[in-house]
Amino acid sequence: MDFSSFLLMRQEIILLAIIILLLIAEIFIPKNKKSSIVHFAIFLFGIHTIVGFLSINECSIFGGSFQTNNLIHFFKNVLNIGVLILLLQSADWIQEKIVAQDKGTEFFILLFSSLLGMYFMISSGDFLMFYIGLELSTLPVAALAAYETSKRISSESGIKLILSAGLASGISLFGISLLYATSGSIFFHDIIGTISASNLTILGFILFFAGLSFKISLVPFHFWTADVYEGAPISVASYLSVISKGAAAFILMILLFTIFKSLMHIWENMIYVISIATMFIGNLFALRQQNMKRFLAFSSIAQAGFILLGLISGTQLGTTTVVYFIMIYIFSNLAAFGVVQAISSKTGKENMTDYEGLYRTNPKLSLVMLLALFSLAGIPPVAGFFGKFFLFTAAASEGFYLLVFLAVVNVTISLYYYLLVVRAMFLRKGENPIPFFKNKIYMRLGLIITVIGIIVLGLYSPLYEYIYELSSIYN
Amino acid sequence: MIAGISIYEILTVTSFLFFIGVYGFITRKNLISILMSVELILNASVINFVIINKYLYPDVLQGVFFSIFIIAVAAAETALAISIIINLYRQISSVEVKDTEIMKY
Repeated sequence: MDFSSFLLMRQEIILLAIIILLLIAEIFIPKNKKSSIVHFAIFLFGIHTIVGFLSINECSIFGGSFQTNNLIHFFKNVLNIGVLILLLQSADWIQEKIVAQDKGTEFFILLFSSLLGMYFMISSGDFLMFYIGLELSTLPVAALAAYETSKRISSESGIKLILSAGLASGISLFGISLLYATSGSIFFHDIIGTISASNLTILGFILFFAGLSFKISLVPFHFWTADVYEGAPISVASYLSVISKGAAAFILMILLFTIFKSLMHIWENMIYVISIATMFIGNLFALRQQNMKRFLAFSSIAQAGFILLGLISGTQLGTTTVVYFIMIYIFSNLAAFGVVQAISSKTGKENMTDYEGLYRTNPKLSLVMLLALFSLAGIPPVAGFFGKFFLFTAAASEGFYLLVFLAVVNVTISLYYYLLVVRAMFLRKGENPIPFFKNKIYMRLGLIITVIGIIVLGLYSPLYEYIYELSSIYN
Repeated sequence: MIAGISIYEILTVTSFLFFIGVYGFITRKNLISILMSVELILNASVINFVIINKYLYPDVLQGVFFSIFIIAVAAAETALAISIIINLYRQISSVEVKDTEIMKY
């Protein structure tokens, strides 16, 4: 192994360099010019996102503990775009609230460290790298959730996140130790050869699965979701709901399709039950929410249930549809959270009743919200429809007709509560609607990118074929 | 190897530790005790890794290395949790779970 093989970890190294540059900038930027750190961070991350599109060689380094291929590389780019949009949307909030308390640089450093953890997690080749990546991606987010130290609700969400994350990673570790006992190695490529459906392996797998489903907030492990989203700052909640969930779903898919492939007859049944429970509980609880952040939290739980429909098929089609759906989901959910962020940072209002009559005062914002909700619900012209449709195709092609039927029932339920928000915005008059306001350039840019994504991703079919080609390795 | 003690006894102990941790996490009413329960779970897996490495696969030290990393990460996790708890204590002067909850359902 020579020095040039480090360049295969290009994305990780660049992100680490950005973190260090921000640390240095924090020292040298004078106190009265601290708000320039926001522009600096967004500029650096924009460059990182563009450089990320350069192609990379398929490889595994450090004795197989770090591996990358074109699909993983593509998914890292998707995560980059998501974080860039999120930074654009939260730039104003950071400038007004966080930089004023002189905590701006730390916000970016924590956010980027968490993203770095996700990179290592999705390209891990052994359980040690996987575990470190998982923790590195969770711990900074817990610090970010408790970031508004003067608000009690923020500390409460932080402590809820860190304690449940600790429990989940502990359970997952115990599972990994049992898998290590049966297979004698923590490297994925060794485990593939030795894994068999013995009782100890199955117990280890179930415990391991429980730890990961906490991150995706599947149903028996979803209790932290709504509370953490409500208490945390909105940009952190949207980071948790899109980037963190997307990365965890992706690595779960890779692990299920590679090392646990021979246990498929076992995890098929598990995922079948969990998928139904996740969709129903997420949707039914979303019906009664008034707070927009809690509402989006339960809607994102339900969306995780739909992702499992692609996982259960276990084919190349399944891989493609999951990656495609996560990509669309990132854009739609970021658009919805972006509108909530814009309104909340201007007026501090977060309830659904506050949105009444929004169309009359802020027509552009409410149109973005409309597109985002239609995409989340899966109404034809926008991308969300195609994402859901392909997921259902993947599940139906393996013969899970009952599951697809229940999923369609759930789409109908979800349509009801998404349309509740639309009704509040467009049809209700409202006694004191939110007055007209103009967003700053960053927020507008962030919302425009998401809208373009929502419309274009569904109609531009070469992208789907490109992902299909990439995912042929997980067949 | 420890003379006279087989792997079964030690794995029984670690399983007990694990389930005591899970039970404590669910039933304790104090944030610090909940944190201690999480540490119990992590320590159960640390012992598991070392013992499995020592008894079953003694030629490669993967399990021992893994346990060192777990200890380091657990320390970071505890430090973060404690700092959040201190911040919460400054605002409500309590670390009981029932006093912290204002978000429900």
